[in-house]
Amino acid sequence: MAAAARFWRKIPQRYNLIGTKCSACNKVYFPPRYICPVCRRAGKIEEFKLDGKGELVTYAVIYIAPRGFESQAPYIIGIVELDGGARVTTQIVDCDPKDVEIGMPVKAVFRKVNEDGESGVIYYGYKFTPMR
Amino acid sequence: MKIGIVGYGVYIPHYRIKVEEIARVWGKNPEAIKDGLLIEEKAVPGPDEDTITISVEAARYAVARAGIDPTEIGAIYVGSESHPYSVKPSATTVAEAIGATPALTAADYEFACKAGTAAIQTCMGLVGAKLVKYGVAIGADVSQGAPGDELEYTTAAGGAAYIIGAGDSLIANFEGFFSFTTDTPDFWRRDGQPYPRHGGRFTGKPAYFKHTISAAKGLMEKLGTTPKDYNYIVLHQPNGKFPIRAASELGFNMDQIKTGLLCPKIGNTYSGSSLIGFANVLDKAKPGEKILLVSFGSGAGSDAFSVVVDDSIDQKRNKAPLVSHFLNPCVYIDYAIYAKYKQKFKVATLP
Amino acid sequence: MRDVAVIGVGCTKFDELWDTALRQLIVDAGRKAIEDAGITGEEIDALYIGNMSAGRFVDQEHIASLISDYAGLAASFHTPATRVESACASGGVAFRQAVMAIASGLHDIVIAAGVEKMTDVLPSETTFTLATAADQEWETFFGATFPSLYAMMARRHMHDFGTTREQLAMVAVKNHKNGCKNPNAQFQKEITIQDVLESPIVADPLRLLDCSPITDGAAVTVLCSADIAKRYTDTPVYVVGSGHATDTIALHDRISLTTLYAAVFAARRAYQMAKIEPKDINVAEVHDCFTIAEILAIEDLGFVKKGEGGKATEEGLTAIGGKIPVNPSGGLKAAGHPVGATGIKQIVEIVYQLREEANGRQVKGAEIGLAHNVGGSGGSAVIHILKR
Repeated sequence: MAAAARFWRKIPQRYNLIGTKCSACNKVYFPPRYICPVCRRAGKIEEFKLDGKGELVTYAVIYIAPRGFESQAPYIIGIVELDGGARVTTQIVDCDPKDVEIGMPVKAVFRKVNEDGESGVIYYGYKFTPMR
Repeated sequence: MKIGIVGYGVYIPHYRIKVEEIARVWGKNPEAIKDGLLIEEKAVPGPDEDTITISVEAARYAVARAGIDPTEIGAIYVGSESHPYSVKPSATTVAEAIGATPALTAADYEFACKAGTAAIQTCMGLVGAKLVKYGVAIGADVSQGAPGDELEYTTAAGGAAYIIGAGDSLIANFEGFFSFTTDTPDFWRRDGQPYPRHGGRFTGKPAYFKHTISAAKGLMEKLGTTPKDYNYIVLHQPNGKFPIRAASELGFNMDQIKTGLLCPKIGNTYSGSSLIGFANVLDKAKPGEKILLVSFGSGAGSDAFSVVVDDSIDQKRNKAPLVSHFLNPCVYIDYAIYAKYKQKFKVATLP
Repeated sequence: MRDVAVIGVGCTKFDELWDTALRQLIVDAGRKAIEDAGITGEEIDALYIGNMSAGRFVDQEHIASLISDYAGLAASFHTPATRVESACASGGVAFRQAVMAIASGLHDIVIAAGVEKMTDVLPSETTFTLATAADQEWETFFGATFPSLYAMMARRHMHDFGTTREQLAMVAVKNHKNGCKNPNAQFQKEITIQDVLESPIVADPLRLLDCSPITDGAAVTVLCSADIAKRYTDTPVYVVGSGHATDTIALHDRISLTTLYAAVFAARRAYQMAKIEPKDINVAEVHDCFTIAEILAIEDLGFVKKGEGGKATEEGLTAIGGKIPVNPSGGLKAAGHPVGATGIKQIVEIVYQLREEANGRQVKGAEIGLAHNVGGSGGSAVIHILKR
């Protein structure tokens, strides 16, 4: 079982897509980076909130689910390119696998991602749905 | 100083199950149920949805519609009878997710299906006393009905969030409220129990009807209004039939009832029920129109509010999805998928 | 810098080896390699052991000492031993540490080994552990599985280049055919394209027969300074190129979803060191953890142009007898994938090929071979070029 702190410290990112941006080169990073891979020590990292809109870059439909996700199978996992530039790995929900396609516009929603067993902490965070 | 609504938002899950499908499983006649309860289908939460996720979505829409800075929210109350944790508030997660933390007070409410309107009353008090600038009141549920219970046809999921404030840019203002509360065991769920129990026909006359009608009458008496003064009435909707009967007994007609009556299409969203119906009225109402909102919570009590629609409605209405956005298109699921999404059976873990 | 040679190799059977523990697997493979090299334990200067996750797979850390101990070296000689971890590239990276130790002049004779015991925990625990090679906080937390990461690469490759589902299947069909000729391979059974397409979906578009299996196994190589290699063997195989590179651990942070730049850069470094080009390679063992991975590999290594890996596979370019035979051992797909051992097993196979000892799967006249070992979804890659 994981200590709750492991989840808790990432709440700003998982709830509200708070990433970082290098004000030297304007590149946006999500999840946040503490050093800009472009500018490195010359970069200036500051907080940056992404707005949760984006486009699906690729996806897979998971039939053999890992622990904690068994009851959701089959489900869609995808990589979404957010407006602003950063990419995230995320579930695409409220969408039939046959209706999903590369390039489709998606938006972030707030969902239960996993839980630390029946008695543990519930992990909430972003997932994405088709823009309707 | 007028106290009222500066923003509202609703959320109803994407999935539906029809009465026919549930009746098929239990060998019941769907037409008898549809006629008896005046319900066609109900909203079902996805496997990753609960009261917190529904509350967050509704609250985010409310903030968007209000156009306020969420850090100016001074209080948040989440009313539900299906909080995901027994101990640990839903309200803190919602506050964090809407960017309202940390300078605010927060708590969870439970009063069966009327915890959301109780939250509104608390926010009215805090705003009226100028203790907070804005308060967020949420009513949301992923309600439970035991498989095979009559409740299973109606127990649904959804929620609504209202941002209460004062001043001139209100969507609607409260003329007043009147609450009617007694100790009436018509419906309950003991700690640790997965499903509630209810008193069957006892939930009607001594519970729902007595409390809703008494609260509405009490309010109209207090304000000196009559049913004719209201363009709309919205009641708690445990099924389609009860609110129509209660409103009729109060002297309202179908034209006043129908806009706020969503139960036939989404089921009983418990703490969300009257508040989603109320949102649907706000989606359509014109400035100056008057609404009577009456909640009901088993156990038992009713909160009745007299609401007047304000000028800001036209400018704010389309800043967030309307209730109709959630009614179509939706995805119909069968009972097996419903049972899976509602985790009514234990799923095999991989070896 | 000194030249380095491989003078001995050994490998266990790759399989579900229910009756064999990790410490025995490595001793079995080690004994074969040492006998093949004709060295004594006393001559071994150091051990480098590739292992991804003994801690999770058998609840045992500190396995470098354990292995030195059970190899009979620790108590007698107190031989230095180091465990090397780079997920599924652990073996290849361990081999590189051994090469560097000898090239630097620090050691003369070094063991590079790899071992993984994957069946001592339940399969769900095994797959969870494999997925720890991905970003735990930003990929697997959200429900991504390891197959799904490669499935997303496959989807994008199909979308961008028109690679077909059948072409993916052909990788598995070819590697199963090769595996039939490898007595150490986990699967000794030919399969058809239809078998692949009808196997259960794991992460669409990938199916069960697109995936490498869960395997126990160990592989060991004995390396020495090239100038003393002939003392031990008439057929030393020289390590002429070694390249190692990293990339972002999360797939979503890569600039491309259809190129593993870690492999591209590792290959570039290895080719430069060997002063050869892709066309000079006669045989390759590549990291086909999933069928799409072999298609990406032959593109990233420069055997074919980007996007043409599927077509090249269909045209038989990578079959034994083709222009550039790939995975004559059966690859990870058919020979099995005990993750830490895989990178070493690839070297073992290339050594057999260059010594012309690969009975039944020999690539005729192979003089230069390449081993391509990838960690995670491409967060690391290590490539070695060997020459007889």
